[in-house]
Amino acid sequence: MTETSLPDIGPGADHAASSAPVLTFEDVHLSFGQVRAINGVSLEVRADELFAIIGPNGAGKTSIFNVLSGVYRPQRGSVHLHGTDLLGKKPPAIAKLGVARTFQNIELFSNLTVLDNLMLGRHQHIGYGTFAAMAWLGRARAEELRHRRVVEEIVDFLELEQWRKLPVGMLPYGVQKRVELGRALAMDPKLLLLDEPVAGMNLEETEDMARFIIDIREDLHVPMIMVEHDMGLVMDLADRVLVVDFGTPIATGTPDEVQRNPEVIRAYLGGESEEETS
Amino acid sequence: MSTRLRGRPELYTSYGQEMSLLNTRAKALGVLAILAVAVYLPMGMEDDLLRVLNTGLVFAIGAIGLNLLTGYAGQVSLGHAFFIGVGAYTAAALSGDPDGRYIGFGITNPLIWVPAAGLVAAACGLLIAPLATRLRGLYLAIVTLGLVFIGQYFFIEWRSLSGGAQVGREAATPILFGADLTRAGAFSEEQKLFWFFLVLLVIFAVLARNIARSKIGRAFAAIRDRDIAAGVMGVELSRYKLIAFGLSSFYAGVAGSLMFVASGTLGPEQFGLLLSVQFIAMVLIGGVATISGAIMGAMLIAMLPRIASELPHYLPFLSRSPIDSPNIFEFELIAYGALIVAFLLFEPRGLFGIWLRIRTYWKSFPFSY
Repeated sequence: MTETSLPDIGPGADHAASSAPVLTFEDVHLSFGQVRAINGVSLEVRADELFAIIGPNGAGKTSIFNVLSGVYRPQRGSVHLHGTDLLGKKPPAIAKLGVARTFQNIELFSNLTVLDNLMLGRHQHIGYGTFAAMAWLGRARAEELRHRRVVEEIVDFLELEQWRKLPVGMLPYGVQKRVELGRALAMDPKLLLLDEPVAGMNLEETEDMARFIIDIREDLHVPMIMVEHDMGLVMDLADRVLVVDFGTPIATGTPDEVQRNPEVIRAYLGGESEEETS
Repeated sequence: MSTRLRGRPELYTSYGQEMSLLNTRAKALGVLAILAVAVYLPMGMEDDLLRVLNTGLVFAIGAIGLNLLTGYAGQVSLGHAFFIGVGAYTAAALSGDPDGRYIGFGITNPLIWVPAAGLVAAACGLLIAPLATRLRGLYLAIVTLGLVFIGQYFFIEWRSLSGGAQVGREAATPILFGADLTRAGAFSEEQKLFWFFLVLLVIFAVLARNIARSKIGRAFAAIRDRDIAAGVMGVELSRYKLIAFGLSSFYAGVAGSLMFVASGTLGPEQFGLLLSVQFIAMVLIGGVATISGAIMGAMLIAMLPRIASELPHYLPFLSRSPIDSPNIFEFELIAYGALIVAFLLFEPRGLFGIWLRIRTYWKSFPFSY
């Protein structure tokens, strides 16, 4: 992990080189029976950094996310967020510590409206119990109003106004992806995991999403890990990139370094050192 | 504070306005009209029809409870009859004659035995919930089905409580502010019970609606739609399943305590699988995850026996006698199944969905889109 020149294209790249890491993910091994999903991956995310993980299908990228959010439990390794051990914690506990994520195949609550989905992101911040909810007037109503205002800011930020009250199942794919990002943002994350944020999107939707990711860095200063197949997006936005193949880490470095790495070119970008995608 | 503009029912000037239960003038007036009609209904209705509506009101409370668990939280339960039985026997025992043949404590005030029945049933629900939170879908349905049979065994064998099979015991007596609601006075038994049940239904419906629009209701929906994602969003699955079970069995207990007040007796056979299926039918027919739908479904199911008994006038081949076939009792049983299948196929949103269609039609009239 060398600390050489950062890519000048990445906006906000100047924050990236700050001190204590937000997340340390050390030597994690995860296998399902004989299948090794993650084989000794280590990574470190620093404050304000956009860290990208790339690799062919089945390389274990989403498994890394599932370990981070507590869905899978690795056999070996250690994962710390701001010094707190995440291993062995259940997903809601990890969510409480501030890890928010989006999913590769949209996992929205499709019968609920955009607003309700975003309010679900606020779930852990809303503090009233069952009986207060039954009575509604008083505590529950005040809290709902307060968090509704927060959610409306996210609606504004992600330009979701026109879809607010529609059930998300009815919305176009690109908008659903955006709602999912909004739901993660509503959690007030300390670390945001984006699992293929632009998969299956057209050019315009991809550009929109890239703009939102840049805005999140610049305005909200949330460190992010992004798994993505769109090389153009990764190389343009990421501060550092980790390349994995069959669960094994191949290289970590700035987009430029990674693109020049012969191992990476062989395993991922394909064939001899042809022209790089960008 | 905030103002409303005339003729712009969906223009809100504050989040509070939008969030309120009756957030349009049409809704407020509609609910007011329904309530006014409901309050005056007993004055102009024959007692035997009123009795059917009374059953419907009580069913509605139970159906709202099942809808919280199955409709909102997505946990299919066939065990509703068990919790209804627990509530019914709790109320009967509390209000029973202390010197009578069966367990009785002589507390005849329904303001005590209604909530008590709910609480005892809720306690049973919370005991069962840890088992149930480990299961989902079909497995949960099977486990809760087992609950019905275990419950029925206890109800039949615990003779000092229930009177045993084929015997039964007297149901709870509601003596409210010195007036026995089951004795005719200035008003008939049916009228008094109707008003009493109506008040309870309105209270419990509003409480359930509040739950549904709160953090709790959203967590239920999240668990129903995608439980893994719900966990990653910070929703503690087992906690909310526990709350759903507790609430649902509380409502069932309350419904159970009231269900036999009109007839005056209850027997352990009544808490069988059929009762559970009836409640599932109410939820499915009325509309999954809606409170008003549960009430509509409950009313329809309560009226079904009455509709069946009227049918021989129009369909002469149906017999009123249980010995002949086809008879109205067979018709009733088939009707539950047929209604469930028909609604699932043609209007999965239930009666509530039909209402939505009517409303949308008139809202956009004369344009059909």
